[in-house]
Amino acid sequence: MSQLKTKHLLGIKNLDPEEIELIFETADNFKDVLNRPIKKVPSLRDVTVANVFFENSTRTKLSFELAEKRLSADVINFSSSGSSVKKGETLLDTVNNILAMKVDMVVMRHSSPGAPHFLSKHIDANIINAGDGTHEHPTQALLDTFSIRERTGDVAGKKVVIVGDILHSRVALSNIFALQKLGAEVMVCGPATLLPKHIGSLGVKVELDIRKALEWCDVANVLRIQLERQKMRYFPSLREYSLYYGINKQLLDSLDKEIVIMHPGPINRGVEITSDVADSEHSIILDQVENGVAIRMAVLYLLAGNVE
Amino acid sequence: MQKRLLFNSKLLQITISRLCQHLIENHGDFSDSVILGLQPRGIYLAERVRKELESILGKPIQVGYLDTTFHRDDFRRRDHPLTPYETKVPFLIENKRVVLIDDVLFTGRSVRAALDAMTTFGRPTKVELLVLIDRMYSRDIPVEANYVGRRVNTMKSQRVLVELQEQGTEEDNIWLINEPE
Repeated sequence: MSQLKTKHLLGIKNLDPEEIELIFETADNFKDVLNRPIKKVPSLRDVTVANVFFENSTRTKLSFELAEKRLSADVINFSSSGSSVKKGETLLDTVNNILAMKVDMVVMRHSSPGAPHFLSKHIDANIINAGDGTHEHPTQALLDTFSIRERTGDVAGKKVVIVGDILHSRVALSNIFALQKLGAEVMVCGPATLLPKHIGSLGVKVELDIRKALEWCDVANVLRIQLERQKMRYFPSLREYSLYYGINKQLLDSLDKEIVIMHPGPINRGVEITSDVADSEHSIILDQVENGVAIRMAVLYLLAGNVE
Repeated sequence: MQKRLLFNSKLLQITISRLCQHLIENHGDFSDSVILGLQPRGIYLAERVRKELESILGKPIQVGYLDTTFHRDDFRRRDHPLTPYETKVPFLIENKRVVLIDDVLFTGRSVRAALDAMTTFGRPTKVELLVLIDRMYSRDIPVEANYVGRRVNTMKSQRVLVELQEQGTEEDNIWLINEPE
Protein backbone atom coordinates (compact mmCIF):
# COMPACT_ATOMS: atom_id res chain seq x y z
CA MET A 1 0.00 0.00 0.00
CA SER A 2 1.38 3.39 -0.95
CA GLN A 3 -1.51 5.72 -0.27
CA LEU A 4 -4.41 6.31 2.11
CA LYS A 5 -7.86 5.42 0.85
CA THR A 6 -9.37 8.65 2.11
CA LYS A 7 -8.62 12.32 1.52
CA HIS A 8 -9.49 13.23 5.11
CA LEU A 9 -8.35 11.95 8.49
CA LEU A 10 -11.55 12.19 10.52
CA GLY A 11 -11.00 9.33 12.93
CA ILE A 12 -9.28 6.01 13.49
CA LYS A 13 -12.54 4.07 13.23
CA ASN A 14 -12.54 4.09 9.42
CA LEU A 15 -8.82 3.46 8.91
CA ASP A 16 -7.53 0.00 7.90
CA PRO A 17 -4.62 -1.57 9.81
CA GLU A 18 -2.61 -1.32 6.55
CA GLU A 19 -3.27 2.42 6.41
CA ILE A 20 -2.05 2.82 10.00
CA GLU A 21 1.07 0.82 9.12
CA LEU A 22 1.65 3.08 6.08
CA ILE A 23 1.42 6.15 8.34
CA PHE A 24 3.92 4.54 10.76
CA GLU A 25 6.39 3.67 8.00
CA THR A 26 6.19 7.20 6.62
CA ALA A 27 6.59 8.62 10.13
CA ASP A 28 9.74 6.52 10.63
CA ASN A 29 11.27 8.39 7.71
CA PHE A 30 10.10 11.77 8.99
CA LYS A 31 11.52 11.00 12.43
CA ASP A 32 14.84 10.50 10.69
CA VAL A 33 14.41 13.91 9.00
CA LEU A 34 13.75 15.49 12.41
CA ASN A 35 17.10 14.21 13.67
CA ARG A 36 19.11 15.75 10.83
CA PRO A 37 21.08 19.00 11.12
CA ILE A 38 18.51 20.61 8.79
CA LYS A 39 15.07 19.39 9.86
CA LYS A 40 13.09 20.53 6.88
CA VAL A 41 11.97 19.02 3.56
CA PRO A 42 10.27 20.84 0.70
CA SER A 43 7.42 18.37 0.02
CA LEU A 44 4.47 20.67 0.83
CA ARG A 45 5.98 23.89 -0.49
CA ASP A 46 2.93 24.61 -2.68
CA VAL A 47 0.38 23.69 0.00
CA THR A 48 -1.39 26.07 2.38
CA VAL A 49 -2.69 24.65 5.65
CA ALA A 50 -5.16 26.35 7.98
CA ASN A 51 -5.06 25.35 11.64
CA VAL A 52 -8.60 26.08 12.77
CA PHE A 53 -8.94 25.66 16.52
CA PHE A 54 -12.35 26.30 18.07
CA GLU A 55 -11.07 24.89 21.34
CA ASN A 56 -7.93 25.48 23.40
CA SER A 57 -4.81 23.53 22.57
CA THR A 58 -1.10 23.88 23.26
CA ARG A 59 0.60 20.64 22.31
CA THR A 60 -1.52 19.58 19.35
CA LYS A 61 -1.54 23.01 17.75
CA LEU A 62 2.21 23.50 18.19
CA SER A 63 2.88 19.99 16.97
CA PHE A 64 0.76 20.43 13.83
CA GLU A 65 2.24 23.83 13.13
CA LEU A 66 5.78 22.51 13.49
CA ALA A 67 4.96 19.49 11.29
CA GLU A 68 3.54 21.80 8.61
CA LYS A 69 6.57 24.09 8.74
CA ARG A 70 9.01 21.17 8.64
CA LEU A 71 7.24 20.15 5.40
CA SER A 72 7.58 23.73 4.05
CA ALA A 73 3.82 24.37 3.90
CA ASP A 74 2.39 27.86 4.26
CA VAL A 75 0.52 28.02 7.54
CA ILE A 76 -2.31 30.20 8.81
CA ASN A 77 -3.67 29.94 12.32
CA PHE A 78 -7.16 30.61 13.51
CA SER A 79 -8.55 30.37 17.01
CA SER A 80 -12.17 31.04 17.85
CA SER A 81 -11.43 33.40 20.72
CA GLY A 82 -11.26 36.92 19.31
CA SER A 83 -12.79 35.84 15.98
CA SER A 84 -16.11 36.41 14.23
CA VAL A 85 -17.38 33.11 15.66
CA LYS A 86 -18.15 35.16 18.73
CA LYS A 87 -20.31 37.39 16.52
CA GLY A 88 -22.48 34.44 15.53
CA GLU A 89 -20.85 33.18 12.32
CA THR A 90 -21.57 29.51 11.56
CA LEU A 91 -18.87 26.86 11.33
CA LEU A 92 -19.41 26.36 7.61
CA ASP A 93 -19.29 30.09 6.88
CA THR A 94 -16.14 30.52 8.92
CA VAL A 95 -14.34 27.69 7.17
CA ASN A 96 -15.60 28.67 3.72
CA ASN A 97 -14.23 32.15 4.28
CA ILE A 98 -10.88 30.68 5.19
CA LEU A 99 -10.99 28.42 2.13
CA ALA A 100 -11.78 31.39 -0.11
CA MET A 101 -8.20 32.41 0.62
CA LYS A 102 -7.11 29.28 -1.34
CA VAL A 103 -6.33 26.93 1.52
CA ASP A 104 -5.61 23.29 0.62
CA MET A 105 -5.84 21.57 3.99
CA VAL A 106 -7.70 22.26 7.21
CA VAL A 107 -6.60 20.97 10.61
CA MET A 108 -9.59 21.43 12.89
CA ARG A 109 -10.36 21.09 16.55
CA HIS A 110 -13.93 21.62 17.68
CA SER A 111 -15.92 20.99 20.83
CA SER A 112 -18.76 19.30 18.94
CA PRO A 113 -18.38 15.63 18.05
CA GLY A 114 -18.73 15.16 14.28
CA ALA A 115 -17.84 18.74 13.34
CA PRO A 116 -15.02 17.66 10.97
CA HIS A 117 -17.28 15.00 9.41
CA PHE A 118 -19.86 17.70 8.72
CA LEU A 119 -17.24 19.92 7.12
CA SER A 120 -15.85 17.10 4.97
CA LYS A 121 -19.22 16.77 3.29
CA HIS A 122 -19.30 20.44 2.31
CA ILE A 123 -15.80 21.50 1.35
CA ASP A 124 -13.08 20.27 -1.01
CA ALA A 125 -9.99 20.73 1.17
CA ASN A 126 -8.36 17.83 3.01
CA ILE A 127 -9.54 17.81 6.62
CA ILE A 128 -7.60 16.49 9.58
CA ASN A 129 -9.46 16.07 12.82
CA ALA A 130 -7.37 17.46 15.67
CA GLY A 131 -10.02 16.51 18.24
CA ASP A 132 -13.80 16.76 18.05
CA GLY A 133 -15.41 17.01 21.47
CA THR A 134 -15.48 13.67 23.27
CA HIS A 135 -15.42 11.74 19.99
CA GLU A 136 -12.02 11.15 18.33
CA HIS A 137 -8.46 12.50 18.32
CA PRO A 138 -6.88 10.36 15.60
CA THR A 139 -3.36 11.81 15.46
CA GLN A 140 -3.00 11.40 19.23
CA ALA A 141 -3.92 7.71 18.96
CA LEU A 142 -1.51 7.29 16.05
CA LEU A 143 1.36 8.86 17.96
CA ASP A 144 0.50 6.84 21.08
CA THR A 145 0.52 3.52 19.23
CA PHE A 146 3.60 4.60 17.25
CA SER A 147 5.36 5.28 20.57
CA ILE A 148 4.33 1.85 21.94
CA ARG A 149 5.68 0.24 18.75
CA GLU A 150 8.91 2.18 19.09
CA ARG A 151 9.41 1.29 22.77
CA THR A 152 8.26 -2.34 22.76
CA GLY A 153 8.88 -3.39 19.15
CA ASP A 154 5.30 -4.20 18.23
CA VAL A 155 1.78 -3.24 19.24
CA ALA A 156 0.28 -6.65 18.42
CA GLY A 157 -0.17 -8.84 21.47
CA LYS A 158 0.50 -6.06 23.96
CA LYS A 159 -1.84 -5.44 26.88
CA VAL A 160 -2.68 -1.78 27.21
CA VAL A 161 -4.75 -0.20 29.94
CA ILE A 162 -6.24 3.25 29.53
CA VAL A 163 -6.65 4.82 32.95
CA GLY A 164 -8.86 7.67 34.09
CA ASP A 165 -11.55 9.83 32.59
CA ILE A 166 -12.72 7.57 29.76
CA LEU A 167 -16.15 9.20 29.63
CA HIS A 168 -14.92 12.59 28.46
CA SER A 169 -11.89 11.43 26.52
CA ARG A 170 -11.57 11.50 22.74
CA VAL A 171 -8.05 10.15 23.22
CA ALA A 172 -9.48 7.01 24.85
CA LEU A 173 -11.87 6.23 22.01
CA SER A 174 -9.31 6.77 19.25
CA ASN A 175 -6.74 4.76 21.21
CA ILE A 176 -9.15 1.86 21.66
CA PHE A 177 -9.79 1.74 17.89
CA ALA A 178 -6.10 2.04 16.99
CA LEU A 179 -4.87 -0.50 19.53
CA GLN A 180 -7.49 -3.06 18.56
CA LYS A 181 -6.82 -2.64 14.85
CA LEU A 182 -3.12 -3.26 15.51
CA GLY A 183 -3.83 -6.40 17.54
CA ALA A 184 -3.40 -5.18 21.13
CA GLU A 185 -5.63 -6.13 24.05
CA VAL A 186 -7.28 -3.12 25.66
CA MET A 187 -8.58 -2.51 29.15
CA VAL A 188 -10.11 0.64 30.58
CA CYS A 189 -9.78 1.49 34.26
CA GLY A 190 -11.27 4.30 36.29
CA PRO A 191 -14.07 5.18 38.68
CA ALA A 192 -17.37 3.70 37.49
CA THR A 193 -18.77 7.20 37.09
CA LEU A 194 -16.08 8.03 34.51
CA LEU A 195 -16.56 4.88 32.41
CA PRO A 196 -19.21 5.02 29.65
CA LYS A 197 -22.04 2.61 30.42
CA HIS A 198 -21.62 0.30 27.42
CA ILE A 199 -17.86 0.64 26.93
CA GLY A 200 -17.55 -3.17 27.14
CA SER A 201 -19.41 -3.46 23.83
CA LEU A 202 -16.27 -2.12 22.11
CA GLY A 203 -14.52 -5.32 23.11
CA VAL A 204 -12.45 -3.83 25.93
CA LYS A 205 -12.00 -5.22 29.42
CA VAL A 206 -13.29 -3.06 32.26
CA GLU A 207 -11.52 -2.87 35.62
CA LEU A 208 -12.26 -0.65 38.58
CA ASP A 209 -9.17 -1.55 40.62
CA ILE A 210 -6.03 0.26 39.45
CA ARG A 211 -3.66 -2.28 41.03
CA LYS A 212 -5.27 -5.19 39.19
CA ALA A 213 -5.20 -3.21 35.96
CA LEU A 214 -1.49 -2.44 36.31
CA GLU A 215 -0.69 -6.05 37.18
CA TRP A 216 -2.43 -7.11 33.94
CA CYS A 217 -0.92 -4.63 31.50
CA ASP A 218 2.34 -4.03 29.63
CA VAL A 219 1.56 -0.38 28.95
CA ALA A 220 -0.54 2.11 30.94
CA ASN A 221 -1.86 5.16 29.11
CA VAL A 222 -2.89 7.58 31.84
CA LEU A 223 -5.44 10.21 30.88
CA ARG A 224 -6.00 13.64 32.33
CA ILE A 225 -9.04 14.34 34.45
CA GLN A 226 -10.95 16.71 32.16
CA LEU A 227 -12.44 19.07 34.70
CA GLU A 228 -13.47 21.51 31.96
CA ARG A 229 -15.82 18.94 30.40
CA GLN A 230 -17.32 17.67 33.64
CA LYS A 231 -20.68 19.34 34.08
CA MET A 232 -21.31 17.54 37.37
CA ARG A 233 -19.16 15.99 40.08
CA TYR A 234 -18.12 12.46 39.13
CA PHE A 235 -15.98 11.87 42.22
CA PRO A 236 -15.85 13.53 45.64
CA SER A 237 -12.51 15.32 45.32
CA LEU A 238 -9.25 15.35 43.36
CA ARG A 239 -7.50 14.14 46.48
CA GLU A 240 -9.76 11.10 46.65
CA TYR A 241 -9.31 10.41 42.91
CA SER A 242 -5.56 10.61 43.37
CA LEU A 243 -5.72 8.26 46.34
CA TYR A 244 -7.64 5.57 44.46
CA TYR A 245 -6.48 6.03 40.85
CA GLY A 246 -3.29 8.08 41.00
CA ILE A 247 -0.18 6.25 39.80
CA ASN A 248 2.83 6.74 42.05
CA LYS A 249 6.26 5.19 42.36
CA GLN A 250 5.35 3.00 45.34
CA LEU A 251 2.52 1.43 43.34
CA LEU A 252 4.79 0.77 40.35
CA ASP A 253 7.60 -0.58 42.55
CA SER A 254 5.19 -3.03 44.18
CA LEU A 255 4.43 -4.68 40.81
CA ASP A 256 6.51 -7.69 39.88
CA LYS A 257 7.23 -6.31 36.38
CA GLU A 258 8.09 -3.10 34.61
CA ILE A 259 5.40 -1.34 32.64
CA VAL A 260 5.56 1.56 30.20
CA ILE A 261 3.82 4.75 31.32
CA MET A 262 2.22 7.11 28.80
CA HIS A 263 0.24 10.33 29.12
CA PRO A 264 -1.17 12.44 26.29
CA GLY A 265 -0.70 15.66 28.30
CA PRO A 266 -1.24 18.09 29.77
CA ILE A 267 -0.36 16.34 33.04
CA ASN A 268 -2.06 17.21 36.30
CA ARG A 269 1.01 16.35 38.35
CA GLY A 270 0.07 14.78 41.65
CA VAL A 271 -3.46 13.94 40.50
CA GLU A 272 -3.47 11.13 37.92
CA ILE A 273 0.29 10.65 38.01
CA THR A 274 3.05 11.76 40.39
CA SER A 275 6.14 13.63 39.25
CA ASP A 276 8.53 10.80 40.10
CA VAL A 277 6.59 8.52 37.75
CA ALA A 278 6.11 11.10 34.99
CA ASP A 279 9.86 11.80 34.97
CA SER A 280 11.02 8.20 35.43
CA GLU A 281 12.64 5.91 32.88
CA HIS A 282 9.34 4.00 32.58
CA SER A 283 7.69 7.10 31.14
CA ILE A 284 7.69 7.75 27.40
CA ILE A 285 5.70 10.97 27.71
CA LEU A 286 8.30 13.16 25.99
CA ASP A 287 8.86 10.52 23.30
CA GLN A 288 5.14 10.83 22.59
CA VAL A 289 5.53 14.56 22.03
CA GLU A 290 8.54 14.06 19.74
CA ASN A 291 6.75 11.34 17.78
CA GLY A 292 3.70 13.57 17.47
CA VAL A 293 5.51 15.83 15.01
CA ALA A 294 6.69 12.88 12.88
CA ILE A 295 3.22 11.30 12.85
CA ARG A 296 1.56 14.58 11.87
CA MET A 297 4.13 15.12 9.11
CA ALA A 298 3.29 11.64 7.80
CA VAL A 299 -0.45 12.30 7.85
CA LEU A 300 -0.09 15.70 6.15
CA TYR A 301 2.27 14.24 3.54
CA LEU A 302 0.09 11.25 2.71
CA LEU A 303 -3.15 13.26 2.53
CA ALA A 304 -1.60 16.08 0.50
CA GLY A 305 -0.17 13.52 -1.92
CA ASN A 306 -3.56 11.96 -2.64
CA VAL A 307 -4.42 14.05 -5.66
CA GLU A 308 -7.69 13.23 -7.38
CA MET B 1 8.14 -7.03 -25.72
CA GLN B 2 11.66 -6.65 -27.15
CA LYS B 3 14.61 -6.41 -24.84
CA ARG B 4 18.32 -5.88 -25.31
CA LEU B 5 20.95 -6.91 -22.77
CA LEU B 6 23.11 -3.98 -21.69
CA PHE B 7 25.06 -5.69 -18.88
CA ASN B 8 25.55 -9.24 -17.75
CA SER B 9 27.34 -10.23 -14.52
CA LYS B 10 30.80 -10.31 -16.04
CA LEU B 11 30.52 -7.02 -17.89
CA LEU B 12 29.04 -5.42 -14.78
CA GLN B 13 31.98 -6.53 -12.65
CA ILE B 14 34.51 -5.28 -15.22
CA THR B 15 32.69 -1.96 -15.45
CA ILE B 16 32.57 -1.49 -11.67
CA SER B 17 36.32 -2.21 -11.49
CA ARG B 18 36.99 0.39 -14.17
CA LEU B 19 34.81 2.97 -12.44
CA CYS B 20 36.60 2.34 -9.15
CA GLN B 21 40.02 2.86 -10.76
CA HIS B 22 38.71 6.10 -12.18
CA LEU B 23 37.44 7.13 -8.73
CA ILE B 24 40.82 6.39 -7.14
CA GLU B 25 42.54 8.57 -9.75
CA ASN B 26 40.50 11.54 -8.52
CA HIS B 27 39.93 10.71 -4.85
CA GLY B 28 43.17 9.01 -3.84
CA ASP B 29 42.67 6.93 -0.70
CA PHE B 30 39.21 8.40 -0.08
CA SER B 31 40.28 9.99 3.21
CA ASP B 32 38.32 13.15 2.38
CA SER B 33 35.65 11.48 0.26
CA VAL B 34 32.39 9.68 1.00
CA ILE B 35 29.87 7.79 -1.12
CA LEU B 36 26.11 8.30 -1.08
CA GLY B 37 24.00 5.69 -2.85
CA LEU B 38 20.59 6.91 -4.02
CA GLN B 39 17.59 4.88 -2.91
CA PRO B 40 16.26 2.52 -3.97
CA ARG B 41 18.64 0.83 -6.43
CA GLY B 42 21.67 3.10 -6.27
CA ILE B 43 22.49 1.67 -2.85
CA TYR B 44 23.28 -1.77 -4.31
CA LEU B 45 25.69 -0.25 -6.77
CA ALA B 46 27.18 1.91 -3.99
CA GLU B 47 27.80 -1.22 -1.89
CA ARG B 48 29.53 -2.95 -4.81
CA VAL B 49 31.70 0.10 -5.37
CA ARG B 50 32.51 0.14 -1.66
CA LYS B 51 33.52 -3.53 -1.73
CA GLU B 52 35.75 -3.04 -4.77
CA LEU B 53 37.37 0.13 -3.36
CA GLU B 54 37.98 -1.50 0.02
CA SER B 55 39.65 -4.49 -1.60
CA ILE B 56 41.90 -2.22 -3.68
CA LEU B 57 42.68 0.37 -0.99
CA GLY B 58 42.62 -2.00 2.00
CA LYS B 59 40.72 0.44 4.22
CA PRO B 60 37.07 1.09 5.09
CA ILE B 61 35.14 3.50 2.85
CA GLN B 62 32.25 5.57 4.19
CA VAL B 63 28.99 4.81 2.38
CA GLY B 64 25.56 6.29 3.12
CA TYR B 65 22.10 5.81 1.67
CA LEU B 66 20.16 8.86 0.54
CA ASP B 67 16.41 8.85 -0.11
CA THR B 68 15.13 11.71 -2.24
CA THR B 69 11.37 11.14 -1.92
CA PHE B 70 10.61 14.21 0.20
CA HIS B 71 12.70 16.42 -2.11
CA ARG B 72 11.19 15.40 -5.43
CA ASP B 73 9.54 18.05 -7.59
CA ASP B 74 6.63 15.84 -8.72
CA PHE B 75 4.84 15.60 -5.36
CA ARG B 76 1.09 16.27 -5.86
CA ARG B 77 1.68 15.91 -9.61
CA ARG B 78 1.23 12.17 -9.57
CA ASP B 79 -1.80 10.23 -8.33
CA HIS B 80 -0.39 9.17 -5.02
CA PRO B 81 2.64 9.95 -2.88
CA LEU B 82 5.80 7.87 -3.36
CA THR B 83 6.74 5.61 -0.49
CA PRO B 84 9.98 6.79 1.09
CA TYR B 85 12.96 4.53 1.72
CA GLU B 86 15.46 4.69 4.54
CA THR B 87 18.04 7.45 4.61
CA LYS B 88 21.20 6.41 6.42
CA VAL B 89 24.01 8.94 6.48
CA PRO B 90 25.99 8.08 9.63
CA PHE B 91 28.67 10.72 9.02
CA LEU B 92 28.97 14.44 8.36
CA ILE B 93 29.46 15.49 4.76
CA GLU B 94 30.60 19.00 5.70
CA ASN B 95 33.87 19.73 3.85
CA LYS B 96 33.90 16.26 2.31
CA ARG B 97 33.99 15.29 -1.34
CA VAL B 98 30.79 13.40 -2.08
CA VAL B 99 30.27 10.83 -4.82
CA LEU B 100 26.58 10.28 -5.53
CA ILE B 101 25.87 6.86 -7.04
CA ASP B 102 22.77 5.79 -8.94
CA ASP B 103 21.98 3.03 -11.39
CA VAL B 104 20.45 5.01 -14.26
CA LEU B 105 20.66 8.70 -15.20
CA PHE B 106 17.57 9.62 -17.20
CA THR B 107 15.83 12.99 -16.83
CA GLY B 108 18.18 14.21 -14.10
CA ARG B 109 15.30 15.04 -11.74
CA SER B 110 16.27 12.39 -9.16
CA VAL B 111 19.79 13.79 -9.08
CA ARG B 112 18.44 17.31 -8.59
CA ALA B 113 16.35 16.03 -5.66
CA ALA B 114 19.40 14.19 -4.32
CA LEU B 115 21.50 17.37 -4.41
CA ASP B 116 18.74 19.05 -2.42
CA ALA B 117 18.42 16.16 0.07
CA MET B 118 22.18 15.93 0.48
CA THR B 119 22.55 19.53 1.64
CA THR B 120 20.47 18.73 4.76
CA PHE B 121 23.55 16.88 6.00
CA GLY B 122 26.01 19.73 5.45
CA ARG B 123 27.95 21.51 2.73
CA PRO B 124 30.38 19.32 0.84
CA THR B 125 33.43 20.83 -0.90
CA LYS B 126 32.66 18.96 -4.09
CA VAL B 127 29.94 16.69 -5.43
CA GLU B 128 30.33 14.18 -8.23
CA LEU B 129 27.96 11.74 -9.85
CA LEU B 130 28.60 8.13 -10.81
CA VAL B 131 26.01 6.18 -12.80
CA LEU B 132 26.03 2.78 -14.39
CA ILE B 133 23.90 3.80 -17.35
CA ASP B 134 23.56 7.24 -18.89
CA ARG B 135 20.46 7.52 -21.07
CA MET B 136 21.79 10.21 -23.40
CA TYR B 137 19.69 13.04 -24.86
CA SER B 138 16.91 12.49 -22.27
CA ARG B 139 17.66 15.20 -19.76
CA ASP B 140 14.94 17.56 -18.48
CA ILE B 141 17.47 19.57 -16.51
CA PRO B 142 21.19 20.20 -16.98
CA VAL B 143 22.74 17.36 -14.98
CA GLU B 144 25.64 15.23 -16.23
CA ALA B 145 27.57 12.38 -14.64
CA ASN B 146 31.32 12.43 -13.94
CA TYR B 147 31.70 8.65 -14.11
CA VAL B 148 29.61 6.57 -16.52
CA GLY B 149 29.49 2.79 -16.92
CA ARG B 150 27.86 2.89 -20.32
CA ARG B 151 26.20 5.56 -22.42
CA VAL B 152 23.05 4.41 -24.20
CA ASN B 153 20.94 6.21 -26.76
CA THR B 154 17.34 5.51 -25.76
CA MET B 155 13.85 6.69 -26.52
CA LYS B 156 11.39 7.95 -23.92
CA SER B 157 9.17 4.95 -24.58
CA GLN B 158 11.95 2.54 -23.60
CA ARG B 159 12.89 1.65 -20.07
CA VAL B 160 15.90 0.19 -18.36
CA LEU B 161 15.28 -2.88 -16.23
CA VAL B 162 17.94 -3.42 -13.57
CA GLU B 163 18.09 -6.92 -12.09
CA LEU B 164 20.73 -7.30 -9.41
CA GLN B 165 21.28 -10.29 -7.15
CA GLU B 166 20.73 -8.05 -4.11
CA GLN B 167 17.13 -7.68 -5.27
CA GLY B 168 16.62 -11.44 -5.29
CA THR B 169 17.38 -12.34 -8.91
CA GLU B 170 19.60 -15.30 -9.74
CA GLU B 171 22.16 -13.29 -11.68
CA ASP B 172 22.91 -9.70 -12.61
CA ASN B 173 21.29 -8.54 -15.83
CA ILE B 174 20.48 -5.05 -17.05
CA TRP B 175 18.10 -4.78 -19.98
CA LEU B 176 16.82 -2.09 -22.28
CA ILE B 177 13.17 -2.80 -22.86
CA ASN B 178 10.87 -1.60 -25.63
CA GLU B 179 7.46 -1.09 -24.06
CA PRO B 180 4.57 -2.24 -26.27
CA GLU B 181 2.71 0.63 -27.92
